[in-house]
Amino acid sequence: MLTIKDLHAGIEKNEILKGVNLQVKPGEVHAIMGPNGSGKSTLSSVITGREQYEVSKGSIDFMGEDLLDFDPEERAHKGIFLSFQYPVEIPGVTVSNFLKTAINETRKAQGLEPMPAKDMLKKMREKMNLLEMDKGFLSRSLNEGFSGGEKKRNEIFQMAMLEPKLAILDETDSGLDIDALRIVANGVNKLRSADNAVILITHYQRLLDYIKPDFVHVLWNGKIVRSGDKSLALELEEKGYDWLKTETLAQ
Amino acid sequence: MSDILDKVTQSEYKYGFTTDIESDQAPVGLNEDIIRLISHKKEEPEWMLDWRLKAFEIWKQMDEPNWANVTYEKPSFQDIIYYSAPKKKKELASLDEVDPELLKTFAKLGINIEEQKRLTGVAMDVVVDSVSVATTFKAKLKELGIIFCSMSEAIKEYPDMVKKYIGTVVPRTDNFYAALNSAVFTDGSFCYIPKGVKCPVELSTYFRINEAGTGQFERTLLVADKGSYVSYLEGCTAPQRDENQLHAAVVELIALDDAEIKYSTVQNWYPGNAEGKGGVFNFVTKRGVCERNAKISWTQVETGSAVTWKYPSCILKGDNSVGEFYSVAVTNNYQQADTGTKMIHLGKNTKSTIISKGISAGKSHNSYRGLVKMGPRADKARNFSQCDSMLMGDRCGAHTFPYIEIQNKSAKLEHEATTSKIGEDQLFYCNQRGIGTEEAIALIVNGFCKDVLNQLPMEFAVEAQKLLEVSLEGSVG
Repeated sequence: MLTIKDLHAGIEKNEILKGVNLQVKPGEVHAIMGPNGSGKSTLSSVITGREQYEVSKGSIDFMGEDLLDFDPEERAHKGIFLSFQYPVEIPGVTVSNFLKTAINETRKAQGLEPMPAKDMLKKMREKMNLLEMDKGFLSRSLNEGFSGGEKKRNEIFQMAMLEPKLAILDETDSGLDIDALRIVANGVNKLRSADNAVILITHYQRLLDYIKPDFVHVLWNGKIVRSGDKSLALELEEKGYDWLKTETLAQ
Repeated sequence: MSDILDKVTQSEYKYGFTTDIESDQAPVGLNEDIIRLISHKKEEPEWMLDWRLKAFEIWKQMDEPNWANVTYEKPSFQDIIYYSAPKKKKELASLDEVDPELLKTFAKLGINIEEQKRLTGVAMDVVVDSVSVATTFKAKLKELGIIFCSMSEAIKEYPDMVKKYIGTVVPRTDNFYAALNSAVFTDGSFCYIPKGVKCPVELSTYFRINEAGTGQFERTLLVADKGSYVSYLEGCTAPQRDENQLHAAVVELIALDDAEIKYSTVQNWYPGNAEGKGGVFNFVTKRGVCERNAKISWTQVETGSAVTWKYPSCILKGDNSVGEFYSVAVTNNYQQADTGTKMIHLGKNTKSTIISKGISAGKSHNSYRGLVKMGPRADKARNFSQCDSMLMGDRCGAHTFPYIEIQNKSAKLEHEATTSKIGEDQLFYCNQRGIGTEEAIALIVNGFCKDVLNQLPMEFAVEAQKLLEVSLEGSVG
C-alpha cells in the first residue's frame, strides 16, 4: 500500500529525514516511536504533502502512484488521513458543516454525487455513538474552545467519517486521560479492516496497549534505526532510547 | 502563500460587461442649468427645483472630506455626466415591456426577475442608470397602503410626503457628497409603510451603473409609520470600466414610534482591475432616525468599489429605541474601504449593537470607523461593539478607528476587537481533509462572517455567500 524508499526531506535546506525506508501493507498497524526531534512529525507532514517540506531525494509510492506528484487535497482524496497532533480552530464553521464539505469534496473528486443529507446525518450519529460523543458536538465551531481530549476525539470522528485507506495518527494519545484514550483506541480498533492500514506516531507505549501494532519502528536522527514487533516498544519503555542511540552510533 | 497572493491579483471581476441600451443624457459638467435640466426632465414641481438649487449653493461652499483612511485621485466634478436615462421610457406594467437587453443583463448576473417574483415573492424596483424601468408587485402592495415606487414618481404622486421627510435625516448641509446628491440626484426609491402594517414581502431594489462616465446619485427615502415593519434589500453590481465612476447615494430611514426597519445591502460595484485601475468610488451617506421604541437594523455585505466611504448610522432619538449595524467588508487587490457606523444615543434606555467583520486580501486596506455617542439625556443607554479583522497575506492592512463620546454617567459601553490571519495551518488542515484551498478560504471566510450573514434574509444570504466567494476567488493557489 505504502512504500517509502530512501526518503530525504526537510525545511529550507535543513535536512530532517535522512533516508527513511518503510513499507506498510493493507491491514497492518505500524507504530513509529522515537525521541523528540527525531523527525516523526516531519514524516507525517511529508506523506500528507505539507507545502513547507521539501523532498530532496527518495520516493513515496501509494497504491501504485507516486504520491509526491499530488497536492495535499488530492492525497486526501486518495484515502490518506492525518489525525493532527495540534488540530486548528476554525471559528464559525461547525463540525457538521466542515465534515459535510470534506466528504462531498472527496466524493466530487471521485466522481460521486454529494451524499444525501439524511445519509450524512445517519452516518454522523452512528460514528458519534462509536466514539461516545455528545450530539451537541456537531453544531459547535470546529475545535474552538475544545478541550485537548475533545480535539483528539474529533480527529478520530473525522477519520471514522472519511474512512481512509491509510490513517496516520500523530500523537493522538497526548493530552488524553485514560478513559478518553480507551474510547479513542476502541474507535480506531473498530475501524480497522483488512483493506486499511494505520501508522501510529507516539512517544509512549501505553497507546500500544490499546491498539496492538504489527510492527514497531524507532525513528532517530531522521532514520529508522530499529524495527521489531510489540516487544520493541516494551523494551524502549523499560530502557529509554539512549541504548539505541549508542548502538546506532557504534555501527 | 506567495503563490496564493499572486493568484489574488489575477482574479477578474466577473460582472464586467455593459448593456447596449440607448440612453438620453445631459451634457458633461455641473452648473445651475444642469440642475434645472434634471429637474425639468423629471417633470418636477418648483419646490423640488428650489431645494436642489439651494443644495447646489451649499455644495459650492464645501470642501471634499479627506479624513478617511483612503487615498485616491479626487474626481473632477465638471467631467461627469449628471443625467442619463434609458430612452425608450414609458410606463411599464409587466416584464414583457422591459427592454430585452436589460433582461439579458439580469440573466447574466443570475438575477432572474421572473424567477425572483415567482419563487421568492420579492417585489423589485429595478434601477438602471438612475431611472426605474420596472416596478413589480405594486398593485399588491397598494392594497395594504404600502407605497413603493421610484423617487421621481414619489415627487410627482406624493409630494407632501416627500416634502415632509426629505433631508430631515441627512440634511443638505450634512457633508460634501450629501449636498452634491441633494442637488443632482436623478432617481432612487421611495417607500412608505402605513401605521401598523407589516410589509409581507422583502422590498428589493437592484442598482446598476450602466452608462460610461455617468455618476450615479441615488436618493432613497423610507418611512415606516407607527408600529409598522419593513425589510428592505438593496443590491448592486456594476459593469467594468476604465475610468473611475462616482457613486454618491443618500439613504434616509425614518422609523416612527414602535416601527422597525431592516435594511440589507449587498454592494458589488466594480472594484477596479488587479492593478488598481478603474473602479467605482462609493461615497454614501446612509442614516436612520428612530422614534420611541423603534428599531433600525443595517446589514451590509460590501465586496465591491475601488474606494468605499460609508457609515450607515442610527440616531436613537426616542426612548427605548434600538440600533443595529452588521457589516462584512471585503477588500482585495488595491481596494480601499473606510466603513463603519455611528450610533447616536439621545433617548433613554436606547440600545445599539455593532458587529463588523473586515477581510483584507491582496494590497488592499480595510478600515473600520465607528462612533458611539451617548448624549446627556441618554440614561442607561447601552452599546456593544465587536470589530473583527481577518488578513489574507502580508501585503494588506486592517485598521480600526473607534470613537467614543459619553455624556451620561449611566451609559454602558463594551468594545471588543480581534485581528486574525488565515493561516497556512488552517488551510493545510482543510486540504488534508480533501477540501481544496479555494473552498477552504470560502469556508473559513463564511465562518468568520457568520454572525453578519445570519442577519440577512435567506435568499440574500445565499447571494452574499456567493459574492464573498467570487470576491476572494483565486486569492489562494
